[in-house]
Amino acid sequence: MPHYEPWSEERARAVIEEFSHLEGPLMPMLHAVQETFGHVPDAVVPMLADLLNVSRAEVHGVVTFYHDFRHEPAGRHVLKLCRAEACQAAGGDALADHAEHKLGCKLGETTADGRVTVEPIYCLGLCATAPSAMLDGRIVARLTERRLDALIAEAQS
Amino acid sequence: MSTIRIYVPKDACAIACGADEVVAAIEAAALSRRQPVEIVRNGSRGMLWLEPLVEVVTAEGRIGYGPVSEEDVEGLFEAGFLTGAAHALRIGKPEEHPFMAKQTRLTFARCGIVDPASLADYRAHGGYRGLERALQLGPEAIIEEVKKSGLRGRGGAGFPTAIKWKTVADAKGDRKYIVCNADEGDSGTFADRMIMEGDPFELIEGMTIAGIAVGATKGYVYTRSEYPHAIWAMEKAIEVARAHGMLGMNISGSPYSFDLEVRMGAGAYVCGEETALLDSLEGKRGTVRAKPPLPAHKGLFQKPTVINNVLSLTAVPHILADGGEFYANFGMGRSRGTMPIQIAGNIRFGGLFETAFGITLGELVNDIGGGTFTGKPVKAAQVGGPLGAYVPTWQFDLPFDYEAFAAKDALIGHGGIVVFDEDANLAKMARFAMEFCSVESCGKCTPCRIGSTRGVELMDRIIAGERVEANLATLTDLCQTMKLGSLCALGGFTPYPVLSAMNHFPEEFGAPPRRLEAAE
Repeated sequence: MPHYEPWSEERARAVIEEFSHLEGPLMPMLHAVQETFGHVPDAVVPMLADLLNVSRAEVHGVVTFYHDFRHEPAGRHVLKLCRAEACQAAGGDALADHAEHKLGCKLGETTADGRVTVEPIYCLGLCATAPSAMLDGRIVARLTERRLDALIAEAQS
Repeated sequence: MSTIRIYVPKDACAIACGADEVVAAIEAAALSRRQPVEIVRNGSRGMLWLEPLVEVVTAEGRIGYGPVSEEDVEGLFEAGFLTGAAHALRIGKPEEHPFMAKQTRLTFARCGIVDPASLADYRAHGGYRGLERALQLGPEAIIEEVKKSGLRGRGGAGFPTAIKWKTVADAKGDRKYIVCNADEGDSGTFADRMIMEGDPFELIEGMTIAGIAVGATKGYVYTRSEYPHAIWAMEKAIEVARAHGMLGMNISGSPYSFDLEVRMGAGAYVCGEETALLDSLEGKRGTVRAKPPLPAHKGLFQKPTVINNVLSLTAVPHILADGGEFYANFGMGRSRGTMPIQIAGNIRFGGLFETAFGITLGELVNDIGGGTFTGKPVKAAQVGGPLGAYVPTWQFDLPFDYEAFAAKDALIGHGGIVVFDEDANLAKMARFAMEFCSVESCGKCTPCRIGSTRGVELMDRIIAGERVEANLATLTDLCQTMKLGSLCALGGFTPYPVLSAMNHFPEEFGAPPRRLEAAE
């Protein structure tokens, strides 16, 4: 399970500045912020805008453009199910329905107890061993209902 | 007892199928038997239905066993797999397996064989021969060699690589860049991922040669956050190359300098589009740029930039090592060389199949791929990713060739084939294509941004049986507008899956069946 730090402006500044020597550093900075705090807090936006000499709107635009960046922290575990064509061809639709039913929430949502966020992902590149999923960064292929149940149980524990 | 060398792939597909657990089980079993073993984490051979494919080095060569699960390991030891003994999972020498024996491997020649983190292993298997020759030839002759090879960009558009390079070489700029488009977002494609994980030095060598050819000193590999293993493998290899003087100042003692950096996207499909990728690399929203100016003139940070796909760049070391003509001798028509084809979806023997252009789709799906894993009849194959056409079985005589596909309103794209069985509902897949476009559109141009949303609405009405004929006519018209009016391939190619599904399987859209093409 990933461990994130509580918000600290000082820590955020340190994380960001580590990348300030790069050309076009905004994306690596945002990834680092999210890795540290589990999401991209609003308070980071003016800090980045200041440092990179761009408007807050521009930074906000970037943060909201990309699917990866979270505005709010996710649940304790994140289960991503591949919903792209190769996985659909291999029975991914039924597995996604099963996961939604079992977790009691839709793809893109977090369970009421805050334990599991379940999300669609479009292609893990495991298309020849479809369907596939990722639990907290761990990839699983040749997914069956039984293996999915095991992943869900692991995420809920 | 002498140490026995065992190969267990570290390819993401193998890991996702339990390779790490297999490694732990082998280590435990070897320890309990006091048998010293050395486990090498290679890339994948590409026979992905056999992953994890464990190979043992024996007196007669490498003997493969697969697919191995951790529960199989004890039994394998008992059967004597360390000496290559018989076992239900034994496949013999991987290179003699029919799936491998039928291939012509250039780009993937080393993948699955070498230790991807070892520069020495890379060199021992012919690595850096291309760069050595490139250093002797110099920039102009390198481009000439690439021109002779007939190499066309393997990312999808099929643009001649040498022309792109020449444009950048001739462009004026205080600095120039090589950008590798490793944003392999297409479902059914995994060749970029496999090569980055299985033979990363090949990409480094290809980019270095490109840098020398055009006068660029800095390169970026832009890949996806969905590919953490590939990122790790690339970064590791770059570090090793740098430590051995193969990246950085004065490469291999030459006057040329070139360095590389890996950058990670953030889950936006459109960033696979070259100009959106450049904006993303610069730290902006990944929106598509209008062309001109071409990236070759004004690319990354407004500097002249070569932007090529992984498979184009990894073809380059072979072209330089063995000569452009050698490469051009493979293939058909204007599609020269080899293409790493990825066979995926509902398929029995899915994997990476590199071969010269010209093989038919039917051979790939039925003979090599073995049909569906569900055992049901194949219905169609989507070729070239989510924006590629659905090709019905009655067109499976189509040869793999850019022009032949284009003539049938289809595209090769990045060489991915996703197979569907008879249970697939093509109207639903067409709706999915439209929805995907609407979610992933960068929003810059109207046909893509609004057209895709209207497309989803139309599909919903058609699926619900509402005024089917009129709505299909509107959908066709909308697709034409998207095709002709979009700024990039996302909006411009979404009509391919939609129209192909509609034309080949009209009955699924509530229209009368039309099977005229079957008579062709």
